[in-house]
Amino acid sequence: MFENLTERLGTVFESLTRRGALNESHVTEALREVRVALLEADVALSVVKDFVAQVKEKAIGEDVVKSVTPGQMVIKIVNDHLVELLGGETQDLELRAAPPVPVLIVGLQGSGKTTSAAKIGLRLKTQEKKKVLLASLDVYRPAAQKQLRVLGEQTEIQTLPIIEGQMPVDIAKRAMQAGSLGGYDVIMLDTAGRLHVDEALMAEVTAIRDAVNPAEILLVADSLTGQDAVNVAKSFKDAVGVTGIMLTRTDGDARGGAALSMRAVTGCPIKLLGTGEKLDEIEVFHPDRIASRILGMGDIVGLVEKAKETLEEEDAEKLEKKILKGQFDLNDLASQLRQMRRMGGMEGLMGMLPGIGKAKRQIAEANIDTKLLMRQEAIISSMTPTERIKVKVLNSSRKRRIAAGSGVTIQDVNRLLKQYKQMAGMMKKVGKLGRRGKKGPGAQDLQNLLPPQGGGFPR
Amino acid sequence: MAKANGERKRGFLSRLRKGLSRSAGSLTQGLGGVLTKRKLNDEALQDLEDILISADLGVETASAVTKTLAANRYNKQVDADEVKAVLADEIAARLAPVAIPFDFSGASKPHVVLVAGVNGTGKTTTIGKLANNLREEGKSVFIAASDTFRAAAIDQLKIWGDRAGATVISGNVGGDAAGLAFEALEKARAANADILLIDTAGRLQNKTDLMDELTKVVRVIGKLDATAPHSVLLVLDATTGQNAHSQVELFQKACNVTGLVMTKLDGTARGGVLVALASKFGLPVHAIGVGEAIEDLQAFDARSFARALVGLDANET
Ligand SMILES: Nc1nc2c(ncn2[C@@H]2O[C@H](COP(=O)(O)OP(=O)(O)OP(=O)(O)O)[C@@H](O)[C@H]2O)c(=O)[nH]1
Ligand SMILES: Nc1nc2c(ncn2[C@@H]2O[C@H](COP(=O)(O)OP(=O)(O)OP(=O)(O)O)[C@@H](O)[C@H]2O)c(=O)[nH]1
Ligand SMILES: [Mg+2]
Ligand SMILES: [Mg+2]
Repeated sequence: MFENLTERLGTVFESLTRRGALNESHVTEALREVRVALLEADVALSVVKDFVAQVKEKAIGEDVVKSVTPGQMVIKIVNDHLVELLGGETQDLELRAAPPVPVLIVGLQGSGKTTSAAKIGLRLKTQEKKKVLLASLDVYRPAAQKQLRVLGEQTEIQTLPIIEGQMPVDIAKRAMQAGSLGGYDVIMLDTAGRLHVDEALMAEVTAIRDAVNPAEILLVADSLTGQDAVNVAKSFKDAVGVTGIMLTRTDGDARGGAALSMRAVTGCPIKLLGTGEKLDEIEVFHPDRIASRILGMGDIVGLVEKAKETLEEEDAEKLEKKILKGQFDLNDLASQLRQMRRMGGMEGLMGMLPGIGKAKRQIAEANIDTKLLMRQEAIISSMTPTERIKVKVLNSSRKRRIAAGSGVTIQDVNRLLKQYKQMAGMMKKVGKLGRRGKKGPGAQDLQNLLPPQGGGFPR
Repeated sequence: MAKANGERKRGFLSRLRKGLSRSAGSLTQGLGGVLTKRKLNDEALQDLEDILISADLGVETASAVTKTLAANRYNKQVDADEVKAVLADEIAARLAPVAIPFDFSGASKPHVVLVAGVNGTGKTTTIGKLANNLREEGKSVFIAASDTFRAAAIDQLKIWGDRAGATVISGNVGGDAAGLAFEALEKARAANADILLIDTAGRLQNKTDLMDELTKVVRVIGKLDATAPHSVLLVLDATTGQNAHSQVELFQKACNVTGLVMTKLDGTARGGVLVALASKFGLPVHAIGVGEAIEDLQAFDARSFARALVGLDANET
């Protein structure tokens, strides 16, 4: 039912042929579509408004690189900002405290607390060899305590024995005692589902918190949640002091805008994802994946990469012009080296993307030695700007300084310079060829000309 | 279905209104702030649309509702209450055709009701409440514990069966859901029961294997009674956003949903997605859940739902 944001923006920018910087009217129009896309993805309206305003500021005046449509450019900016807002990087549970470390699980009814408590327990047990105790403080939902006990049996994790009629705060205290006596590392405290507006039950969970002083208070929330996510997250944060969020049912087909809403209004990191009903279906949170999901485009990464590639192509074009004029200097060599290294580093990432297999193979064949490239870059960066443009000035004392500055031997510096001279010489020839032909040589032709032997310049 | 006696109804309405007014605080403020003694111009309409979006109506439906409002009132001087009332009327008009109570009065005995939905929406609880209402109407009720997957799902259902005075038929954990439904239908028949409610495991609609399992339940009970299941209820959670569209669509495909129940309307979620679902699928909305207790299932009333949604007193005339 949801139109892809790429298509939407495609329509917006169809009439636009002029390239250059994004002006305000392009951006405003594009962001109207972004707004709708985010709302359809269930990002809360207040959060959408802030988001759009921030992106607008970032986008206006941004250069649109060639071969990328203004729409794609906007998507890239939107995606980057989304990833940033979602937290940038992965954060795991913070359990550094004297054992037994209590972890309090809270949330609305049916959000997945009990299941998640068991999943987290299992994860700590298998990955970190922690001794975990599961305790259910849910005295309201029919068979809630039994449910956790069964999950404990399935995961072979101890559960606190059930005492009929004992109330939540007392169960929590008993769990902590049992934890100390039994030498447990972590106590998972599962609580009953409660509405954030239920004052009595919110007071209860605060009392539980005060009784055990948890290291983590995790809000377990459903990734299918709509606009209400902001109310829920904010209320729980204000009342109980949530330290992190676990998002469940991410195995569904929801766009998961609630993730952004909750993160934005609480500032709490999203730490874990529930990815299925089975107890090992739990993962750490990756902002970039959720970002592309919210935007409804699995191909966002590809698009963004394409934009980057295009930038590199533009660089290559500039380089080509310099070569034609016989002006290839060490700065250009450094930027070539950097690009090659970046491609090598992207190898792992690209392997995950469909359709990139070919590029990956090429990189593998090129057999890029990343360390060598970095060393060569270091040599160049130890040179002064003049040295980089006018190689002739490099006498032995300068070379010694450069070698010391980049932590290599003088031989290494000499080897690099020799290769540079070889390349520059060849570039001149290419330049002459290029002038005769219709078009100059492409980046690939240049790479083919690089000396295959010695010094590790990959071809 | 839900009992219509006045006292109960007032109880529900004030309960619903209370729940809704918590969140409607901001809504009312929004409307008041925006519209008191003001022209209903583009800017004001945009603000109204925003308010509907915040209630999960979705962009398209929110904009359609506001457009209708604009067509009648554009540039007229309006006050906040008036606009709210008109807005509520417009929403109620869209919901009225789908506000249809449960009807289990068909000739079949037992009348078989399959209850399905995404994980944790409130299927089992709704079955408990529904069984209780039916029992109070003097019907004999069987319940099939076809959620053989979830930990302690059977125990949970048995407790609800006890509370409601219904007979729960259960099997082994991990057993075949369709087989159990079949067995329960046989037993309900033998006991000459009026109603058989089938509780199923929660499942996400994009999981084909699990949806096929649901289709299988329908097929297998069809072997005993070709007209069964007579009702197929999809239980939706009011906190769910636009994903409800996909839920209705795919559950309908798998098991021919005949009606909806929306739970958890006692929170601050307003369930506005129902407005969009009403025009898109036209499925009856039978009842709403307004709490965890056995009496917290109520008939769906378009007008009070709409009024509560925009922050008005639900039962005022
Ligand atoms: N598909 C899927 N289902 C999940 C996930 N996490 C939990 N569930 C299911 O969601 C339903 C509710 O889970 P519970 O763990 O009982 O939820 P709860 O928050 O403890 O519920 P209450 O205690 O009643 O408030 C169950 O059917 C779980 O199997 C998940 O990540 N993916
Ligand atoms: N506040 C509120 N809670 C509800 C309502 N209906 C159900 N619940 C709660 O939601 C939680 C999940 O309810 P269940 O009936 O177990 O949901 P389910 O759909 O059977 O869950 P699975 O079988 O795990 O898929 C429980 O804690 C219920 O008490 C309602 O109308 N309001
Ligand atoms: Mg629970
Ligand atoms: Mg259930």
